[in-house]
Amino acid sequence: MKVLTANRLTDGIAVWYADGGWAETIANADLAHDKAAEDRLEAIGAAAFANNEVVDVNLIDVTVVDGVVEAVRLREKIRAAGPTIRGDLGKQAHPETIRA
Amino acid sequence: MYRYDEFDQDFVQARVAEFSDQVQRRLAGEITEDQFRPLRLMNGVYLQLHAYMLRIAVPYGTLNSQQLRMLGHIARKYDKGYGHFTTRQNIQFNWPALSDIPAILADLASVEMHAIQTSGNCIRNVTADHFAGAAADEVADPRPYAEILRQWSSVHPEFSFLPRKFKIAVTGAERDRAAIQTHDIGLHLKKNAAGELGFAVYVGGGQGRTPMVAKKIRDFLPEADLLSYCTAILRVYNLYGRRDNKYKARIKILVHETGVEEITRQIEAEWQELKDAELKLPEADIRAIDAYFAPPRLTARPEGDAAVKLARLDSKSFSEWLDQNVVTHRHPDYAAVTISLKGIGEVPGDASDSQMEAVADIAEKYAFDELRVSHEQNLILPHVARADLKAVYDALVDIGLATANSNLISDIISCPGLDYCALATARSIPVAQEISQRFASLERQREIGELKLKISGCINACGHHHVGHIGILGVEKKGAELYQVTLGGSADENTSVGEIIGRGFSSEEITDAIEQIVETYLGLRLDPSERFIDAYRRVGPAPFKEALYAGETKAA
Repeated sequence: MKVLTANRLTDGIAVWYADGGWAETIANADLAHDKAAEDRLEAIGAAAFANNEVVDVNLIDVTVVDGVVEAVRLREKIRAAGPTIRGDLGKQAHPETIRA
Repeated sequence: MYRYDEFDQDFVQARVAEFSDQVQRRLAGEITEDQFRPLRLMNGVYLQLHAYMLRIAVPYGTLNSQQLRMLGHIARKYDKGYGHFTTRQNIQFNWPALSDIPAILADLASVEMHAIQTSGNCIRNVTADHFAGAAADEVADPRPYAEILRQWSSVHPEFSFLPRKFKIAVTGAERDRAAIQTHDIGLHLKKNAAGELGFAVYVGGGQGRTPMVAKKIRDFLPEADLLSYCTAILRVYNLYGRRDNKYKARIKILVHETGVEEITRQIEAEWQELKDAELKLPEADIRAIDAYFAPPRLTARPEGDAAVKLARLDSKSFSEWLDQNVVTHRHPDYAAVTISLKGIGEVPGDASDSQMEAVADIAEKYAFDELRVSHEQNLILPHVARADLKAVYDALVDIGLATANSNLISDIISCPGLDYCALATARSIPVAQEISQRFASLERQREIGELKLKISGCINACGHHHVGHIGILGVEKKGAELYQVTLGGSADENTSVGEIIGRGFSSEEITDAIEQIVETYLGLRLDPSERFIDAYRRVGPAPFKEALYAGETKAA
């Protein structure tokens, strides 16, 4: 299972493709369950890159835990939460946004 | 310290205007990411895990109070209230918006700072001994030469597209505090028998995935020949350095593959063509740059001895800080102070906006407005009257920066690692924090003595693990972090690359393993004056391997 992630051009903030737009959290990212869905996400990412909305576009592996999308690799977990050494920074600093 | 002349100021302003225009065009979609990426890197803007990162140059680590105050202002206004001092004596901010970078660069230019050549395949910030101009053991201040190199290397048209990045360090003392033998070019400022200044020249040092100790290719290069000789080295490298494989593109690989004798011959031949031409430094020009680095007027403050003696009796913690973080100055009434950015359990090298401002105030009041960033990620007050040490200490206590651990096991160099860095394969900072907490007792740290522990979160070795007495390299193995330990590295005048001691350790095991290594050392050292590195060089890896892995061998 994969989701589409990137960094927003203007401020570099990590974003995930969800529900037709780029969300600041991974929790509700659009899931690709098969190759066709991955291709669709990849095409969306390529278009957004070409349109100068985002940079560093990637498909990443995820799982779904209690209905919430979670990254598989530690690198992507840290991108999705923030530095593990500073709970006051990154997405984890605003848990209400993550839950939303 | 060096002050911009009209040319410098115009040049930096012009670059701010140029890059601001490039940022605006990028944000407007007029240039693509592929076009923009090399432009942003030339101006110190990276893209990391969470956001952009801006790396700002601190030439040879020298700052004044106004500049440090500005860094605090940038941290507060444009970032998240802190900055990270790096092993290249620079500072980086982890969260700036691309759209704010023009304003940040304009603010920096107003205090004679910039982010030019803090990335890219060019000559990076020239580093120097952080006690330069203050050290009692120094032949001469290395910074005027670092400044000459900075002026020569800034947007040098021939050397702006090298095979790979290029790092130069200069030291002016026999005791090398600038790690010159781990650099592409290392320069040791010295005097010859006639009392003339010149350099021993080292080439081809470096860390990364292929660590190499630099080779001395010249025992004495007259100071007037600094630029012609460096040009000859760069020219040979630019011509023959590999461009087919970025991992083999540093000059260390060229030196290794060509052989020291042959590459020295090539450099000397090239130099013969250059040495008597326009790159020869006129004596008057060298002395003019020297004048910028004239030491502050250090008036006699003989009351310092009595004041320090009294304050020692009054405060054990002050006394410990004095022993650990204060070093001898060339003027007997003064001292150089290390402000540790390694508080127990803190992030190595990080300072908050208010700490930066408070340190700037201290430097202004007690240290002739001068500061340094050390490659060991601490701040330095190079000139403090001994009579003022207690006042400086008290002011540092107030802002939580009086940890007395300089050169001890908790004075750890650590790269940002996977908590921030897009290239990292494992976290570094949490490992540094846990080790720091494990050895929190200052008494225990002092009992262990000098111990350089350095941690990198990937093979690029930004945390200098290869040259740590104890080095830790974090890698990803089967989806988990694994920490490989090297022992016996050092980055001084006897530079050596550490040896891998055995299988790696999980994040849960690594601190225990480090403690085991330290206990083994304490058990085998001849006496407390035998430092960890000396003991390791005497006994080799065997006792440490035995302590770490003996149980496994028997079980197997």
